[in-house]
Amino acid sequence: MKGDDAGALRVAIVGSGPAALYTAAELVRVGGQDVQVNMIDRLPTIGGLVRAGVAPDHADRRQVIDVYEKLARSGGRFRFHGNVEVGRHVSHAELLAHHHAVIYAIGASGSRPLDVPGANLSGCHPSSEFVGWYNGHPDHADLPVSLDCERAVVIGNGNVALDVARILLKGDDALVSSDIAAHAREALATSRIREVCVLGRRGPAQAAFTHPELLELGDLEDLSVQVDPAELASVDWRSDDFASTLRKATLETYARSRGVPNARRLLLRFMVSPIEVLGRSRVEGLRLVRNRLVNTSEGRVTAVPGERSDVLQTGLVVHAIGYRGSPPQGLPFDAVSGVIPNRGGRMLDGPGGKPRAGQYVVGWIKRGPRGVIGSNKLCARETVRALMQDAAAGGLPVPVRGGESFSPLIHARQPDVVSYRGWKAVDRFERQRGQGVRPREKLTRVDDMLRVARSVA
Amino acid sequence: MTYVIVGSCVNDAVCTEVCPVDCIQPAPEAGEFATTEMLYIDPDVCIDCKACADACPINAIYPAEHLPDKWTAYREINAAFFRQRMRS
Repeated sequence: MKGDDAGALRVAIVGSGPAALYTAAELVRVGGQDVQVNMIDRLPTIGGLVRAGVAPDHADRRQVIDVYEKLARSGGRFRFHGNVEVGRHVSHAELLAHHHAVIYAIGASGSRPLDVPGANLSGCHPSSEFVGWYNGHPDHADLPVSLDCERAVVIGNGNVALDVARILLKGDDALVSSDIAAHAREALATSRIREVCVLGRRGPAQAAFTHPELLELGDLEDLSVQVDPAELASVDWRSDDFASTLRKATLETYARSRGVPNARRLLLRFMVSPIEVLGRSRVEGLRLVRNRLVNTSEGRVTAVPGERSDVLQTGLVVHAIGYRGSPPQGLPFDAVSGVIPNRGGRMLDGPGGKPRAGQYVVGWIKRGPRGVIGSNKLCARETVRALMQDAAAGGLPVPVRGGESFSPLIHARQPDVVSYRGWKAVDRFERQRGQGVRPREKLTRVDDMLRVARSVA
Repeated sequence: MTYVIVGSCVNDAVCTEVCPVDCIQPAPEAGEFATTEMLYIDPDVCIDCKACADACPINAIYPAEHLPDKWTAYREINAAFFRQRMRS
């Protein structure tokens, strides 16, 4: 298939987060110069949740973007089309008409809703919006966040919950050297928050956080991490796997520690669920119910609400109870599991249905919002293997339009399309604005990004 | 001496592909890989060749004697992973 574009395997990847980048790199690894990739993102920036989800004080993890971008481009036939929305500027059918295959890597960037009365009160935020706010995602840069209360509550205790708690409690000095959005840095500098309660509905053994995130809390300056020893006393740890061993030891260390006088506090509470967000026009409190744990017949441990309830006074509630994908326009969607139905990455016309030729999925929209950044590597390999098998078997539809007509189509529909050079201009600009103090100072408005991108167009 | 994987590991696992002595576990071929929180280096097997540190896309691997302060606990955590394995 060597030679001009007409002979290349043309693949569109929708999204530019880690799943998209691992997939592009994998396509180049197995197909070399025979594969041409058009990567399309709604935003002018590359990175998805590595840019907008990974916590600003964990920016070392963002380097994964640079590495996989480089690998994706190493075949010499990678193009980025930023600020382009599928369903608005270009349709799914048009992507198919211009490519042998279309891979959706659109992730799951929304939050599972908090289904209790009062969840819509001002001051109660889904983690996807709150995290997007401090990470400078253009959709959430204007989120009205008030830090004018002594206590914040984070519902859920996965790694996103711990990220939110950590960012709320980290001192000004510690955030100055991070790539947190400037508006969030300024808001946090005058924050009145002294305490964050992190609530888990089940016990310590079932908590969703990983040990590295738990251990990191203990290293923060001027912060006491508190765990009620009584909550650890009756834990049935069951599993003797390595992560549980570490978790138990670290929680016991926190439970024993007497804390730092006058320090900010992070409370890890277990076996409680929110039942109502209280307040008239904005959040004033959260009513909780104590849970007990029950073993189900399938061997799972589930939380059942008990009788006792209490109220936490708070002015800020962030719920981090999981990400959720949203249905892409005109594509099949399984509302129960929140994914596009697929078998090993081949898109199906419905759950358990028939494969849709030339259409694939990868990442969270394929397997649900689970796993870490690197989980996308094996996920991408599986999808690309399926695609290459289909290509070898003659199972990919022949695109009706030539490869050279795609860019002009995009330009006609979206004159403000951002090329790879445009994105790199934004990237460089942000790094320079960091002035050596921080890895970068992010642009948080699409208009500002476009102005910088145009300077190299 | 040995290299050490620290808590920022994202399970990219390219380190397991370049390690000449297979001392980084769990490797993607193992069932345990799907659920592990991070990868670990066996200090008794590591030959200090640096290939993993060079390959890691996020610089999450350091020589044990040059661990940044915030990651010092991971020297013991890497070793403990293999000790617990031996027992079980």
